[in-house]
Amino acid sequence: MHRKFGKKDVIFIGVLLGICLIVLGVWYFAGGKQGALVVVTREGEVYGTYSLSQPQTVKIKNSKGKTTNVLVIRDGKADMKEADCPDKLCVHQKAISAENESIVCLPNHVVVTVTNSKKEGMDGFAQ
Amino acid sequence: MDLHSKQLWRKTAFMGVFLALAMICSYIEMLIPFDFGIPGVKLGLTNIVVVLMLYSIGTKEAFCVSVIRIFIVGILFGNLIGILYSLGGGILSFLVMALLKKGNHLGCISVSVAGGIAHNIGQILIAALVVSSHYVLYYFPVLLIAGLLTGFLIGLLAQELIVRLRFLTEKYHE
Repeated sequence: MHRKFGKKDVIFIGVLLGICLIVLGVWYFAGGKQGALVVVTREGEVYGTYSLSQPQTVKIKNSKGKTTNVLVIRDGKADMKEADCPDKLCVHQKAISAENESIVCLPNHVVVTVTNSKKEGMDGFAQ
Repeated sequence: MDLHSKQLWRKTAFMGVFLALAMICSYIEMLIPFDFGIPGVKLGLTNIVVVLMLYSIGTKEAFCVSVIRIFIVGILFGNLIGILYSLGGGILSFLVMALLKKGNHLGCISVSVAGGIAHNIGQILIAALVVSSHYVLYYFPVLLIAGLLTGFLIGLLAQELIVRLRFLTEKYHE
Protein backbone atom coordinates (compact mmCIF):
# COMPACT_ATOMS: atom_id res chain seq x y z
CA MET A 1 0.00 0.00 0.00
CA HIS A 2 1.17 3.45 0.86
CA ARG A 3 4.81 4.02 1.57
CA LYS A 4 6.97 6.98 2.49
CA PHE A 5 9.84 8.43 0.52
CA GLY A 6 12.38 5.61 0.15
CA LYS A 7 15.85 5.10 -1.25
CA LYS A 8 14.45 4.02 -4.62
CA ASP A 9 12.51 7.27 -4.87
CA VAL A 10 15.65 9.31 -4.23
CA ILE A 11 17.49 7.42 -6.99
CA PHE A 12 14.54 7.65 -9.41
CA ILE A 13 13.98 11.39 -8.95
CA GLY A 14 17.74 12.03 -8.89
CA VAL A 15 18.22 10.31 -12.25
CA LEU A 16 15.27 12.19 -13.79
CA LEU A 17 16.59 15.47 -12.38
CA GLY A 18 20.03 14.71 -13.82
CA ILE A 19 18.60 14.04 -17.28
CA CYS A 20 16.49 17.20 -17.15
CA LEU A 21 19.42 19.36 -16.06
CA ILE A 22 21.68 17.97 -18.79
CA VAL A 23 19.05 18.62 -21.47
CA LEU A 24 18.41 22.06 -20.02
CA GLY A 25 22.14 22.85 -19.94
CA VAL A 26 22.65 21.80 -23.55
CA TRP A 27 19.61 23.83 -24.57
CA TYR A 28 20.76 26.89 -22.63
CA PHE A 29 24.33 26.96 -23.93
CA ALA A 30 23.57 25.88 -27.49
CA GLY A 31 20.93 28.55 -28.02
CA GLY A 32 20.70 32.16 -27.02
CA LYS A 33 22.27 33.78 -30.11
CA GLN A 34 20.43 36.85 -31.32
CA GLY A 35 18.47 35.99 -34.46
CA ALA A 36 18.15 38.11 -37.57
CA LEU A 37 14.82 37.04 -39.04
CA VAL A 38 11.38 35.98 -37.91
CA VAL A 39 9.51 33.36 -39.90
CA VAL A 40 5.74 33.23 -39.59
CA THR A 41 4.13 29.93 -40.54
CA ARG A 42 0.43 29.22 -40.75
CA GLU A 43 -0.81 25.63 -40.90
CA GLY A 44 2.71 24.39 -41.52
CA GLU A 45 3.34 26.65 -44.51
CA VAL A 46 5.55 29.74 -44.51
CA TYR A 47 3.38 32.86 -44.36
CA GLY A 48 6.21 35.38 -44.46
CA THR A 49 9.78 36.19 -43.37
CA TYR A 50 10.53 39.51 -41.68
CA SER A 51 13.69 41.20 -40.49
CA LEU A 52 14.07 41.68 -36.74
CA SER A 53 16.15 44.83 -37.18
CA GLN A 54 13.31 46.62 -38.95
CA PRO A 55 10.47 47.84 -36.69
CA GLN A 56 7.17 46.82 -38.25
CA THR A 57 3.69 45.51 -37.58
CA VAL A 58 2.67 42.28 -39.30
CA LYS A 59 -0.99 41.42 -39.65
CA ILE A 60 -1.42 37.66 -39.97
CA LYS A 61 -4.55 36.86 -41.96
CA ASN A 62 -6.31 33.53 -42.42
CA SER A 63 -7.35 32.04 -45.76
CA LYS A 64 -10.53 34.15 -45.74
CA GLY A 65 -8.52 37.37 -45.40
CA LYS A 66 -9.50 38.00 -41.79
CA THR A 67 -6.73 39.23 -39.49
CA THR A 68 -6.31 36.65 -36.70
CA ASN A 69 -3.01 37.74 -35.12
CA VAL A 70 -0.94 40.91 -34.99
CA LEU A 71 2.82 40.60 -34.59
CA VAL A 72 4.85 43.68 -33.64
CA ILE A 73 8.60 43.81 -34.31
CA ARG A 74 10.48 46.44 -32.30
CA ASP A 75 13.97 46.76 -30.69
CA GLY A 76 15.09 43.50 -32.31
CA LYS A 77 12.25 41.57 -30.68
CA ALA A 78 9.04 40.09 -32.02
CA ASP A 79 5.94 40.15 -29.82
CA MET A 80 2.43 38.91 -30.45
CA LYS A 81 0.22 41.88 -29.59
CA GLU A 82 -3.23 40.72 -30.62
CA ALA A 83 -5.08 37.49 -31.28
CA ASP A 84 -8.74 36.78 -31.95
CA CYS A 85 -8.81 33.52 -29.96
CA PRO A 86 -10.38 33.45 -26.49
CA ASP A 87 -7.44 32.17 -24.45
CA LYS A 88 -4.81 34.70 -25.68
CA LEU A 89 -1.99 32.38 -24.67
CA CYS A 90 0.22 33.60 -27.51
CA VAL A 91 -0.29 37.24 -26.50
CA HIS A 92 0.86 36.40 -22.97
CA GLN A 93 4.03 34.76 -24.21
CA LYS A 94 7.10 36.92 -23.88
CA ALA A 95 8.71 38.72 -26.81
CA ILE A 96 11.24 36.61 -28.71
CA SER A 97 14.64 37.52 -30.13
CA ALA A 98 17.04 34.55 -29.74
CA GLU A 99 17.52 31.93 -32.42
CA ASN A 100 14.90 29.16 -32.43
CA GLU A 101 12.65 30.85 -29.90
CA SER A 102 9.03 30.76 -30.93
CA ILE A 103 5.53 31.98 -30.20
CA VAL A 104 2.74 29.55 -30.90
CA CYS A 105 -0.96 30.28 -31.39
CA LEU A 106 -2.62 26.88 -31.29
CA PRO A 107 -6.21 27.83 -32.25
CA ASN A 108 -5.05 29.68 -35.37
CA HIS A 109 -2.22 27.22 -36.19
CA VAL A 110 0.25 30.11 -36.29
CA VAL A 111 3.91 29.70 -35.33
CA VAL A 112 6.39 32.58 -35.18
CA THR A 113 10.05 31.56 -35.02
CA VAL A 114 13.33 33.45 -34.87
CA THR A 115 16.02 32.23 -37.25
CA ASN A 116 19.30 33.35 -38.71
CA SER A 117 19.31 31.70 -42.11
CA LYS A 118 16.92 32.02 -45.00
CA LYS A 119 16.40 28.27 -45.04
CA GLU A 120 14.26 26.99 -42.20
CA GLY A 121 16.16 26.75 -38.96
CA MET A 122 16.44 22.99 -38.68
CA ASP A 123 19.98 23.02 -37.27
CA GLY A 124 18.97 23.53 -33.69
CA PHE A 125 17.00 20.30 -33.68
CA ALA A 126 19.17 18.09 -35.86
CA GLN A 127 21.86 17.89 -33.21
CA MET B 1 -32.45 -2.17 0.39
CA ASP B 2 -29.96 -4.89 -0.45
CA LEU B 3 -26.26 -4.53 0.18
CA HIS B 4 -25.28 -4.47 -3.48
CA SER B 5 -27.33 -1.44 -4.46
CA LYS B 6 -26.18 0.35 -1.33
CA GLN B 7 -22.59 -0.18 -2.42
CA LEU B 8 -23.40 1.08 -5.89
CA TRP B 9 -25.01 4.21 -4.52
CA ARG B 10 -22.05 4.95 -2.33
CA LYS B 11 -19.59 4.44 -5.16
CA THR B 12 -21.59 6.71 -7.47
CA ALA B 13 -21.66 9.45 -4.85
CA PHE B 14 -17.91 9.11 -4.28
CA MET B 15 -17.18 9.36 -7.99
CA GLY B 16 -19.34 12.49 -8.23
CA VAL B 17 -17.45 14.13 -5.38
CA PHE B 18 -14.07 13.28 -6.91
CA LEU B 19 -15.13 14.56 -10.32
CA ALA B 20 -16.36 17.81 -8.77
CA LEU B 21 -13.08 18.13 -6.88
CA ALA B 22 -11.06 17.62 -10.07
CA MET B 23 -13.16 20.24 -11.87
CA ILE B 24 -12.69 22.76 -9.06
CA CYS B 25 -8.93 22.18 -9.20
CA SER B 26 -8.99 22.94 -12.94
CA TYR B 27 -11.05 26.05 -12.30
CA ILE B 28 -8.76 27.34 -9.56
CA GLU B 29 -5.80 26.76 -11.83
CA MET B 30 -7.52 28.84 -14.50
CA LEU B 31 -8.13 31.70 -12.03
CA ILE B 32 -4.55 31.92 -10.81
CA PRO B 33 -2.30 33.21 -13.56
CA PHE B 34 0.72 30.92 -13.39
CA ASP B 35 2.31 32.90 -16.17
CA PHE B 36 5.89 31.82 -16.71
CA GLY B 37 6.03 33.27 -20.22
CA ILE B 38 6.40 29.81 -21.64
CA PRO B 39 3.42 27.97 -23.10
CA GLY B 40 2.27 24.87 -21.29
CA VAL B 41 3.87 25.46 -17.89
CA LYS B 42 1.15 24.90 -15.32
CA LEU B 43 0.95 23.62 -11.77
CA GLY B 44 -1.33 20.70 -12.60
CA LEU B 45 -3.49 20.88 -9.48
CA THR B 46 -5.91 18.29 -10.85
CA ASN B 47 -3.18 15.74 -10.64
CA ILE B 48 -3.58 15.78 -6.85
CA VAL B 49 -7.03 14.24 -7.30
CA VAL B 50 -5.74 11.73 -9.88
CA VAL B 51 -2.84 10.59 -7.68
CA LEU B 52 -5.08 10.41 -4.61
CA MET B 53 -7.61 8.26 -6.48
CA LEU B 54 -4.90 6.07 -7.97
CA TYR B 55 -3.71 5.17 -4.48
CA SER B 56 -6.91 5.25 -2.44
CA ILE B 57 -9.71 4.30 -4.83
CA GLY B 58 -8.55 2.42 -7.91
CA THR B 59 -6.97 2.65 -11.34
CA LYS B 60 -10.18 2.43 -13.40
CA GLU B 61 -11.93 5.06 -11.30
CA ALA B 62 -8.94 7.42 -11.46
CA PHE B 63 -8.82 7.08 -15.25
CA CYS B 64 -12.55 7.80 -15.63
CA VAL B 65 -12.42 10.94 -13.50
CA SER B 66 -9.28 12.14 -15.27
CA VAL B 67 -10.78 11.81 -18.77
CA ILE B 68 -14.33 12.95 -17.96
CA ARG B 69 -12.91 16.00 -16.19
CA ILE B 70 -10.96 16.99 -19.32
CA PHE B 71 -14.09 16.79 -21.49
CA ILE B 72 -16.36 18.67 -19.07
CA VAL B 73 -13.85 21.44 -18.33
CA GLY B 74 -12.98 21.65 -22.03
CA ILE B 75 -16.62 22.04 -23.05
CA LEU B 76 -17.36 24.54 -20.27
CA PHE B 77 -14.34 26.82 -20.50
CA GLY B 78 -12.22 25.80 -23.47
CA ASN B 79 -12.43 24.66 -27.03
CA LEU B 80 -11.86 21.52 -29.07
CA ILE B 81 -8.13 22.08 -29.44
CA GLY B 82 -7.87 22.65 -25.72
CA ILE B 83 -9.51 19.28 -25.08
CA LEU B 84 -7.18 17.53 -27.53
CA TYR B 85 -4.20 19.20 -25.90
CA SER B 86 -5.27 18.19 -22.38
CA LEU B 87 -6.13 14.64 -23.46
CA GLY B 88 -2.64 14.15 -24.88
CA GLY B 89 -1.08 15.18 -21.58
CA GLY B 90 -3.71 13.59 -19.35
CA ILE B 91 -3.71 10.13 -20.92
CA LEU B 92 0.07 9.81 -21.32
CA SER B 93 0.59 11.00 -17.76
CA PHE B 94 -2.02 8.58 -16.46
CA LEU B 95 -0.52 5.59 -18.29
CA VAL B 96 2.96 6.34 -16.95
CA MET B 97 1.68 6.79 -13.40
CA ALA B 98 -0.50 3.67 -13.45
CA LEU B 99 2.39 1.53 -14.77
CA LEU B 100 4.91 2.89 -12.25
CA LYS B 101 2.47 2.42 -9.41
CA LYS B 102 1.81 -1.17 -10.51
CA GLY B 103 5.56 -1.84 -10.45
CA ASN B 104 5.25 -1.14 -6.71
CA HIS B 105 8.87 -0.09 -6.24
CA LEU B 106 8.28 3.63 -6.00
CA GLY B 107 6.36 5.93 -3.69
CA CYS B 108 3.68 8.34 -4.79
CA ILE B 109 6.07 11.31 -5.04
CA SER B 110 8.10 9.50 -7.72
CA VAL B 111 4.91 8.45 -9.48
CA SER B 112 3.70 12.04 -9.47
CA VAL B 113 7.05 13.35 -10.76
CA ALA B 114 6.98 10.90 -13.68
CA GLY B 115 3.36 11.87 -14.31
CA GLY B 116 4.19 15.57 -14.38
CA ILE B 117 6.96 15.04 -16.92
CA ALA B 118 4.83 12.70 -19.05
CA HIS B 119 1.99 15.25 -18.99
CA ASN B 120 4.18 17.95 -20.48
CA ILE B 121 5.64 15.57 -23.07
CA GLY B 122 2.13 14.53 -24.15
CA GLN B 123 0.96 18.12 -24.44
CA ILE B 124 3.93 19.30 -26.44
CA LEU B 125 3.63 16.36 -28.86
CA ILE B 126 -0.04 17.18 -29.50
CA ALA B 127 0.90 20.86 -29.93
CA ALA B 128 3.57 19.90 -32.47
CA LEU B 129 0.99 17.82 -34.37
CA VAL B 130 -1.70 20.52 -34.26
CA VAL B 131 0.47 23.30 -35.65
CA SER B 132 2.42 20.74 -37.74
CA SER B 133 5.69 22.29 -36.75
CA HIS B 134 8.70 21.08 -34.83
CA TYR B 135 9.39 24.60 -33.57
CA VAL B 136 7.09 23.94 -30.65
CA LEU B 137 9.65 21.45 -29.39
CA TYR B 138 12.04 24.32 -28.68
CA TYR B 139 10.77 24.67 -25.12
CA PHE B 140 10.97 20.93 -24.48
CA PRO B 141 13.85 21.13 -21.95
CA VAL B 142 12.06 23.80 -19.92
CA LEU B 143 8.87 21.75 -19.90
CA LEU B 144 10.77 18.67 -18.71
CA ILE B 145 12.16 20.42 -15.65
CA ALA B 146 8.86 22.22 -15.03
CA GLY B 147 7.03 18.88 -15.07
CA LEU B 148 9.53 17.46 -12.61
CA LEU B 149 9.17 20.35 -10.16
CA THR B 150 5.39 20.61 -10.31
CA GLY B 151 5.11 16.82 -10.13
CA PHE B 152 7.20 16.81 -6.97
CA LEU B 153 5.03 19.45 -5.28
CA ILE B 154 1.83 17.69 -6.30
CA GLY B 155 3.27 14.38 -5.09
CA LEU B 156 4.07 15.83 -1.66
CA LEU B 157 0.54 17.20 -1.32
CA ALA B 158 -1.02 13.97 -2.56
CA GLN B 159 1.01 11.87 -0.13
CA GLU B 160 -0.30 13.93 2.79
CA LEU B 161 -3.85 13.73 1.48
CA ILE B 162 -3.70 9.96 0.95
CA VAL B 163 -2.87 9.47 4.63
CA ARG B 164 -5.21 12.12 6.01
CA LEU B 165 -8.21 11.17 3.89
CA ARG B 166 -7.87 7.45 4.45
CA PHE B 167 -10.75 7.44 6.94
CA LEU B 168 -12.98 8.71 4.11
CA THR B 169 -11.62 6.83 1.10
CA GLU B 170 -11.75 3.51 3.01
CA LYS B 171 -15.54 3.80 2.93
CA TYR B 172 -15.48 3.50 -0.86
CA HIS B 173 -14.35 -0.10 -0.62
CA GLU B 174 -16.74 -1.17 2.15
